[in-house]
Amino acid sequence: MEKDVRIIEVKRSIFEDNDRDAARLREELREKRVFLLNLMSSPGSGKTATLLALAKALKGRVRMGVMEADIDSAVDAEKMQAAGVKCIQIHTGGMCHLDADMTRQGLYEFGLDEAELIVLENVGNLVCPAEFDTGAVKNMTILSVPEGDDKPLKYPLMYEKCDLLVVNKVDVLPYFDFDMEKVTEYARRRNPRIEILQISAKTGEGIAGLADWIVAQVREFTGVDGETRREE
Amino acid sequence: MHELGVVFYVVRDVKQVAEENAVEKVSAVKLQIGEVSGIVHEYLTDCWNWARKKEPVMEEAELKIEQIDAVSFCEDCQGEYPTVQYAKVCPHCGSERTYLKRGNEFLIKEIEVL
Repeated sequence: MEKDVRIIEVKRSIFEDNDRDAARLREELREKRVFLLNLMSSPGSGKTATLLALAKALKGRVRMGVMEADIDSAVDAEKMQAAGVKCIQIHTGGMCHLDADMTRQGLYEFGLDEAELIVLENVGNLVCPAEFDTGAVKNMTILSVPEGDDKPLKYPLMYEKCDLLVVNKVDVLPYFDFDMEKVTEYARRRNPRIEILQISAKTGEGIAGLADWIVAQVREFTGVDGETRREE
Repeated sequence: MHELGVVFYVVRDVKQVAEENAVEKVSAVKLQIGEVSGIVHEYLTDCWNWARKKEPVMEEAELKIEQIDAVSFCEDCQGEYPTVQYAKVCPHCGSERTYLKRGNEFLIKEIEVL
């Protein structure tokens, strides 16, 4: 005789659970007046180099900290600390992305009183990180010139989720068939609201503009205008 | 791409449901997965068969997967169409003002207990 099978209804959505958790985390960040920026891109696009350039440009304007998420190693965190930026390393334990719960654990380990701007350097990957809301206030992606201008067509979700697209390594544009108009058109087709900035983390071109964008976002979210306050 | 990651969530949630319902052995876990959620069913099953062995309550639980077909909605003509076949462009009116209505889900529907 066949044994009776009891069925227990669960009806739980993995993604929705994370979305709710991420929304809660954003509210916590608003209360604490901490701006979390989620930085996503493929490996080698220049995430760490851009953050090192930004650390210099933001000095005296916004207190910045960094959370490095990697599957393993601490090479990025060591580079940031050597540059005098407070940084912690998160190991995802084989996972290809961070979710809101892991991000929260990282933030509390970092200390929310330690910075006004915390940049989460997500795992280098154009697919999985875009699927999971980390609880960040804004999402930014870097596309470097050698990767090609067709990336928004191949990884549409990444460009749909991001508020800012930073095109990095513009100093090598003459050597690649990279069409800035095309990348703009492809990205806007996926996300008409996406803002686009061009930089070279190596030469420093465009870094001041990126720093201004970030400062404006931080001020708007935290409601604290540091630069005005200092003048008073 | 992230089958292993979602398997960790499934293990966590099934464990919780089993505890809440005082279940000793889960015999099957039924998932509903959207057609365009990016989850490869075979990889997911492989990851599950590896992960379940670490949790006594679900070590023999079989993974059952139901697919939810992807459907897009067109804001211009208010029509619906199968996403995988036509992607972003509405086959009824040619508009690109379309969005995914369903097909990106990842749900734990139920668990079976002997």
